Amino acid sequence: MFEQHLIALPILLPLIAAPITLILGHSRLSWMFATAISALACYFSWHLLTATLTESVLSYAVGGWSPPWGIELRVDVANAFVLLAVSALSTLVLIYSKDSIEKEIESSKHALYYTAHLLCLAGLSGILLTGDAFNLFVFLEISSLATYTLVSLASDRRCLTAAFRYLIMGTIGATFILIGVGMLYMKTGTLNMLDLAIRIDVYESSRTINTGLAFIMVGVSIKLALFPLHMWLPAAYTHAPSAVTAFLASTATKVAFYVMIRFIFTIFGLNYVFEEMGMDLILMVLAIVAIFKCSYMATVQSNVKTVLAYSSVAQIGYMILGISLVSVTGLMAGLIHIFNHALMKGALFMAVGAVFYRVGSVEISAFKGLGKQMPFTMAAFTIAGLSIIGVPLTVGFISKWYLVTAALEQQHWILAALVLVGSLLAVVYMGRVIEAAYFQKPPASQDSNQVKEAPWLMLLPMWILVLANIYFGIDTSLTTEAASSASEWLFQTSSIAAANSAEVSQ
Amino acid sequence: MNLWQAVEPSQLISLSILIPFIGALLIVATGKHPNIREAVTLITATVLFSVVLAITDYTFHGVELRLNVAEPIPGLGISFEVEPLGVLFALVASFLWIITSIYAIGYMRGHNEENQTRFFCCFALAISSVMAICFSGNLLTLFIFYEVLTLSTYPLVTHAGNDAAKKGGRVYLGILLSTSIAFLLLAILGTYSLTGTLDFQAGGIFDDSHSKTVLSVLLVLFCYGIGKAAIMPFHRWLPAAMVAPTPVSALLHAVAVVKAGVFSILKVVIYIFGLDELKDLATTDIMLYIGAATILISSCIAMTKDNLKARLAYSTVSQLSYIVVGALLASSIASAGAALHIATHAVGKITLFFCAGAIMVASHKKNISDMVGLGRQMPITMAAFGIGAISIIGLPPMAGTWSKWYLTIGALEADKLFIVATLMISSLLNIAYLLPIPVKAFFNTQSGESKPWTWAETQEAPLPILIALSVTSVGCLALFFYPDPLIDLINLIPGVSTHADMTISLEGEG
Repeated sequence: MFEQHLIALPILLPLIAAPITLILGHSRLSWMFATAISALACYFSWHLLTATLTESVLSYAVGGWSPPWGIELRVDVANAFVLLAVSALSTLVLIYSKDSIEKEIESSKHALYYTAHLLCLAGLSGILLTGDAFNLFVFLEISSLATYTLVSLASDRRCLTAAFRYLIMGTIGATFILIGVGMLYMKTGTLNMLDLAIRIDVYESSRTINTGLAFIMVGVSIKLALFPLHMWLPAAYTHAPSAVTAFLASTATKVAFYVMIRFIFTIFGLNYVFEEMGMDLILMVLAIVAIFKCSYMATVQSNVKTVLAYSSVAQIGYMILGISLVSVTGLMAGLIHIFNHALMKGALFMAVGAVFYRVGSVEISAFKGLGKQMPFTMAAFTIAGLSIIGVPLTVGFISKWYLVTAALEQQHWILAALVLVGSLLAVVYMGRVIEAAYFQKPPASQDSNQVKEAPWLMLLPMWILVLANIYFGIDTSLTTEAASSASEWLFQTSSIAAANSAEVSQ
Repeated sequence: MNLWQAVEPSQLISLSILIPFIGALLIVATGKHPNIREAVTLITATVLFSVVLAITDYTFHGVELRLNVAEPIPGLGISFEVEPLGVLFALVASFLWIITSIYAIGYMRGHNEENQTRFFCCFALAISSVMAICFSGNLLTLFIFYEVLTLSTYPLVTHAGNDAAKKGGRVYLGILLSTSIAFLLLAILGTYSLTGTLDFQAGGIFDDSHSKTVLSVLLVLFCYGIGKAAIMPFHRWLPAAMVAPTPVSALLHAVAVVKAGVFSILKVVIYIFGLDELKDLATTDIMLYIGAATILISSCIAMTKDNLKARLAYSTVSQLSYIVVGALLASSIASAGAALHIATHAVGKITLFFCAGAIMVASHKKNISDMVGLGRQMPITMAAFGIGAISIIGLPPMAGTWSKWYLTIGALEADKLFIVATLMISSLLNIAYLLPIPVKAFFNTQSGESKPWTWAETQEAPLPILIALSVTSVGCLALFFYPDPLIDLINLIPGVSTHADMTISLEGEG
C-alpha cells in the first residue's frame, strides 16, 4: 500500500499536517511537528528520485479515476529531481526557522507561520507532481496564497505593502495561466498534460492555441520573476521574514521555472514553441537583459537582502538562457542551476537572517566587522558568495561550465562571453558585503559584547547548505546524472509527442 | 637520495599539496604560541622541499607520476601529472619558501605586524595551491588552483587593513578574477568544445583541422586571461599588490603568484598549442610585440618610481614579459630560456625584495632618494642588493646571464631582431634603474662629508633577515656556475632544448 501511494505522499503529508500544526498552536511543538513532516516528505522524495532513475516514469491516478479523465500524478526524473531539492530545502529552512522567527515574527503567529509553510510546501510539491494542467493551477494558487501570508507575517510593517504588491502581481500571473489553460481546454477538451500534448499538435496553427501559449508564458514569467516582470520580487524578498525569504528564494521561483519547462517541453512541444513561435529568441534576449540589468541593480543596493533578491532575478536569467539555447546541454544547465542556485541562495539568505538575528539590521553598513564577531556566519556567506560568482570547486562553477559549454556548442561565442562577463558583476555585489564584513571596523556605537555568533540551530542548516555547495561542486555525479537524464528525457518525449500527434492527425 | 622511497610515487603529488595545507591547519592550531607556530612553518617548508626533491629524482629517472582525484564534470577530472617544467617551478617555489619563512619570521616580528597567524596560514595555503598548479594534469585543474591562489593571497595583500591596503586588494582581486573568469575560462571552454579534451599533451592538442582564426583568438584570450603574467594593459594588479608585507611581495609577487602566471602561459604554449602550431598563428606576432612593449614601457615606468617596492614591482612586470616573449617566440631554445628565467629571475628578484624589506625594518626607509649613503649602515644588505641587481640585469657572474643568453639566441634563431634589440635595450634600462641604488648607497653620503667607515656604524636588520638574503644572493652566484641540474631538467621538456641549431639561421643571413 505504501509503495502504491508513494507518489501522493509528498503532497498529502504537508497538506494534512498543516491544519494540525495550526491546532497545536504552541510555537515549539508546531516547529517540531512541521520539521518532522517536512523531513518525512523529503525522505519520500528521495525514494521517488531513486525509483524514477530506474523506472523512468511513475503514474498515479488520484481517487482511482484513470487519466485522462481523472487527475494524474506523474513522476519522471525532471520533477523528482526538483521535488527532492524543494523538500530538502524546506526541511533545512524549518530547522533554521525556530530561532529566526522568534526575532522576526510575533509569538502568537508562530503556529500560523508553520502552517503556511507546510501549505506552501504542499502546493509546490503538487505543482511538481501533477500531470494535469488545471490541477497545476490549483496547486499554484495554494502555494501562492500561503506565500502571501508568509511574506506578510514579518513584524516590520513594510512587509504588508510588499505582500500586497506580490498578491496583485501573483494573482495576475495566476489568472493569465488560468486563461491560457482555459483556452487549451476550449480547443482540445482535455486537461491531462500528455493528452494535451498529443491533441495540441493537431491544431498547430490555431489562433486559440497561440493565444493560450502567450497567456501561459506571460503568467509563468510573472511567477518566476523573469525580467521585466520581476518587480514584485525584490520588495517581497526584502521585507519578508528571513526564513521565508530563504525558503522562497530557493524553492518558489525554481518551481515556477519547472512549470515553464513543463509547458514548453511536455505540453506545447519543442517545435511549436521554439521553431514556429520563435520563443527562444525572446527568452534569450530577456535572459541576457535580466542578467546584466539585475546584476547591475544588485551592485547599487544598500540592503543586503535586496542585493540578493536582485541577484536571484539575474540568476533566473541564467536558467532561462539555458532553455533558450534549445539543446540538451542547455536545458541540463538550467536544471542543474535550479538545484545549485537553491543551495547558494538558501545559504546566503540564512546567513543574512542570522545577521539580522544578532545585529537587527541587514544594511551593508551593519555588516561591518562581522567577520570577527560572527566568524561562522560570515564564512558561510563568503563561501556561498563565491559560489554565486562561480569560483571553481563550488556548484556555481559547475552551472556556469555547462551553460557556457551549451552556448559554445552552438558557436554562440558572444553569448558565452556575456555569461562570463555577467558573472563579474557578481564579484562586485558580493565583494561589497564581504569587504565590509572582513575589512571594516564595527561602528563604535555598537556594543561588541551583544553581537556574537548565531545560535547553532541557525548555523547547522546554513552549513549543511554551504558544505553541499562544495560537495556538489566536486562530486557532481548525482546532480549531473539526474539533470542530464531529465533533460534528455524531456527532449525525447517532446519529439515523441510530436510523432504521436502526426499519427493521430493522419 | 630519496627520503620518500616508502611512499608510492604517485602519492608524492598529493603529499606535496597536502603538506602545506596541513601546515596551514597546524599554524592556526598553534597560533597562540608564536614560537611553535614558526617552527611548524619551517618544518612544513623543509618537508615539502624534500618531497619535491623526491619528485625531481623520479622525473630524472623517467618515472611518470599521475594522480586522478575527482571528476566534477564527466570525462574531465581534477588530475595531476608530473612533468619537468612543473618540477622546475615546484623546486624554485618550495626552496624559496624555506628561505622566505626564515625571512618572514624576522620581518614580521621586527615590524610588530598584527594577525601573524592569519598571515602564515594564508601563506601556506598559497604554497599549497602553487604546488597544485605545478603538477596540474589538465587545464581545468590548473584553472581551479589558479583561482584558489588568487583568493588565498587576497588576505595577504590586504594584510595591513588600512585604506591603501583595501584599495590595493580591490585592484588585485578585481583584475585577477575578472581576467580569469572573462578570458581564461572562456578560452578553456572554447578549447574544450573544439578538442573535447583539456589534457596537457606533448606537442599540443590542436592540429590542422582547427581553424587558424579561432586558435588565434584563443591565444589572445589565454595570454590576457592569465592575468598573473601581467602583460600590459592588465599589469596594474602587481604594483597594487605591493601594499602587502614584504615577505609576501618577495615570495608571492616575485616568485609564486607571478611565476604561476608565466608558468601557465608556458604550459599552454608548449602543451596545448604546441610550438609548431604556434608559429602559424596570426596573433603570435602581435602578442610578441605587446610583450616586447611591456618589457620596455614598464622598465621606463620603473625608472620614475622613487618608492623602492614600486620600482621593483614594475621591474617584475618587465621581467615577466621576458618569459612571455620567450614562450611566444615558438622556438625550442627560447622556451628553454623562458623556463630557466623562471628560476633565475626568482632568486634575483627575491633577493632585491628581501633587501627592500630589510631596509624598511632596520631604517624605516621606503624611498630610494633616502637611501643615499645607506651602505655605511647596512653593508651586507646593500651588497646583496648589488648582487641581485646584477643578476636581474643579466651580467656574469650571476644567474640571470644564462636565461638572457638563451632568450637572445632564441630570438636570433627565430629571426626576430626586434626582440633581440628589445632584450638589449631592456638590459641597459635595468642598469639605469637598479644599479644606482647600491652604488649611491656605498659611494655617496647623505651629508657629503667623508669619514672612514667602521663596523660600529652598522645597523643591520635582524639576523633571520640577513641569513635569508645571504642565501639567495649566494644562490644567484651558484646558479651561474652550476646551472646544469636546472638545464638538464629543462631539456627533459618535450620539444624544448637548450642546444641551439644555429647553422640554419646563420646560413640564412649569409
